[in-house]
Amino acid sequence: MSEKMPLLEINDLHAGIDGNEILKGINLIIGPGEIHAIMGRNGSGKTTTANVIMGHPDFDVEKGDVILEGESLLEMEAWERARKGVFLSFQYPQAVPGLQVGNFLRKSVASIRGEDEAKSSNFREKLANAMESLDIPRSFMARYVNDGFSGGEKKRFEILQMILLRPRLAILDETDSGLDIDGIRTVSEGVNAAIRDTDSGALIITHYSRILEHVQPDRVHVLLDGRIVLSGGPELATKLEERGYEWLKEE
Amino acid sequence: MAKNNDAREAVGEYKAGWHDPENSTIRFDFGLSEEVVREISNLKNEPEWMTEIRVRAFKHFLRRPMPTWGNMSMLEEIDFDNICYFLRSSDSTKNNWDDVPDDIRNTFERLGIPEAEQKWLSGVTAQYESETVYHSIREDLEKQGVIFLDMDSGLREHPEMVKKWFCSVVPFADNKFSALNTAVWSGGSFIYVPEGVHVEMPVQAYFRINAKNMGQFERTLIIADKGSRIHYVEGCTAPSYSTDSLHSAVVELIALPGSHIRYSTIQNWSSNVFNLVTKRGIAHEKSKIEWVDGNIGSKLTMKYPSVILKGEGSHAEVISVAYSGEGQHQDAGAKIHHLASNTTSKILSKSISKNGGRSSYRGMVTVSPKADNCKLNVICDALILDEVSRSDTYPTMEVANSTARCEHEASVSKVSDEQLFYLMSRGHSENESLAMIVNGFFEPFTRELPMEYAVELNQLMALEMEGSIG
Repeated sequence: MSEKMPLLEINDLHAGIDGNEILKGINLIIGPGEIHAIMGRNGSGKTTTANVIMGHPDFDVEKGDVILEGESLLEMEAWERARKGVFLSFQYPQAVPGLQVGNFLRKSVASIRGEDEAKSSNFREKLANAMESLDIPRSFMARYVNDGFSGGEKKRFEILQMILLRPRLAILDETDSGLDIDGIRTVSEGVNAAIRDTDSGALIITHYSRILEHVQPDRVHVLLDGRIVLSGGPELATKLEERGYEWLKEE
Repeated sequence: MAKNNDAREAVGEYKAGWHDPENSTIRFDFGLSEEVVREISNLKNEPEWMTEIRVRAFKHFLRRPMPTWGNMSMLEEIDFDNICYFLRSSDSTKNNWDDVPDDIRNTFERLGIPEAEQKWLSGVTAQYESETVYHSIREDLEKQGVIFLDMDSGLREHPEMVKKWFCSVVPFADNKFSALNTAVWSGGSFIYVPEGVHVEMPVQAYFRINAKNMGQFERTLIIADKGSRIHYVEGCTAPSYSTDSLHSAVVELIALPGSHIRYSTIQNWSSNVFNLVTKRGIAHEKSKIEWVDGNIGSKLTMKYPSVILKGEGSHAEVISVAYSGEGQHQDAGAKIHHLASNTTSKILSKSISKNGGRSSYRGMVTVSPKADNCKLNVICDALILDEVSRSDTYPTMEVANSTARCEHEASVSKVSDEQLFYLMSRGHSENESLAMIVNGFFEPFTRELPMEYAVELNQLMALEMEGSIG
């Protein structure tokens, strides 16, 4: 049974903000170990999809369901979803002045993975390794969360959190934007290490196919005006990169 | 989202709100008169000159109008005739906790004082109502000539020193409440640190009000001789009653050349206490005075720790935080006067308002014409947690010397939904997330505190954040 159960199942999801419908019937199934990508223009509903899965309180779900491993997420608050294994790498991570990175990581791991994991020597080792692989210096630990971080530092910090929190489902909202080629490669390696060859899954939201060259997605979906209008293999990303989105409207 | 802003619940959350049965040995009737003032002095067998100062101060108190700033309508609520001005609850100050009356000892144990004393303090005085019930100092410090006494004992044992410095920094006519304190003062700390002596671990005073309608008027005098160092920490709590109590202290610091005084306060009075305190220090050449001032509790606090930079090259810092919840007004800030050249000062004020609470920063920094090359830095940040709360900033700078370098920054911010969502997406409940934001906001203050206090303050704030999201 469990082998057959999808990791994430989105059924006919309609959602919006202040009465404006943004998502107009999204259907998506992600299986364990799969990496999917959602591509689309600005305003097509990509970030809304990410926010609704994570449980942003500003968005209202009018219809449909979001199911993680057989359990509906819709009645849960964001922190409960996080504890169930949903992770969102934010497009614009928020600064929290005065909250030290090290302290925050420990607290987050404790609340999602449990106190024991946060206290174990294994955790410190994992943290050191993850920081090294992401080219994050040790001095980072004493800084304040996202406070004065460069665009690249913010994105690396999101991926560091993802690696330590070991989510069931990682949603990466434009994690590649604002990163240079090296940054994209480093971040992609982080995603591959955390998701590939595990039974977790990932949903990568992006404008560009570049990150998808490093993280080969199993499926690519095109979002247009709140609906998935086309799905395909990794070759779809290349096609979109070459031809843009205009041709989709005609089809 | 949790929507529980009930006032009674907030009072119920106040952890130090219990009270003991009252077993006073001497208790004055409510109200204030010259007779009361003389009787306090008489009970303490004070020298004539002290009685005279008290009476003069009392006469000034009667004549002196209320301050015209702060929260004037709240000040009018103080009923001076409905306050007990002196209450003795133990016949003498003990130097062994076992000798302290059971109820009182239990209260201090619940507040964690004896435990802290063993772990990380150089000395402790514990004041309960009007007088100190417990006092101790580490032997090695005593041998080095450090004097750490309650103020009453200080006057008895070192009358010349007290006579020299008492009212030298805060004259009784400074304001209505310094006059009141000088008239009826009782308890507080007297500290003298000899030349060159560094007191490494902090000394602590703890002030507890237990009775209803109590007035507590401690008086503290700290003299740091040349090149010495001392860190003084004070804490305070009171039971939660429906009627008001009054706490009106005066603190005078004298930092002689090259010395360093740090004075840290965690004020956590219950929400029925008026807290009207005058704190001021004089900094001589190359000395340093720091006020680290946390105001969490009380109904109305009006307190502006001050430093007079009298000696060349002296330095002042006032780092403060204020938290105002329902029905509370924290009117706090700092005053610094640069009278000498090459003096430097830094004011960092952080305030949080929630559930209709009001926080005000009121500051005054002056540079006199003769003081060259002074540096001043003022930062005030306010964080407002909801739509019904209030924050005001009243900064004043009077700079009469063109060589001064002044910096002033002020910010008012709100906790954004995006910030909360970010933290919640990392597995933290809404209250935990808010506490993280608030503790982060206070971090520049808490890092100045001894670790034990910083932890306690963070826990206190986490508790205050419970059920606070509307």
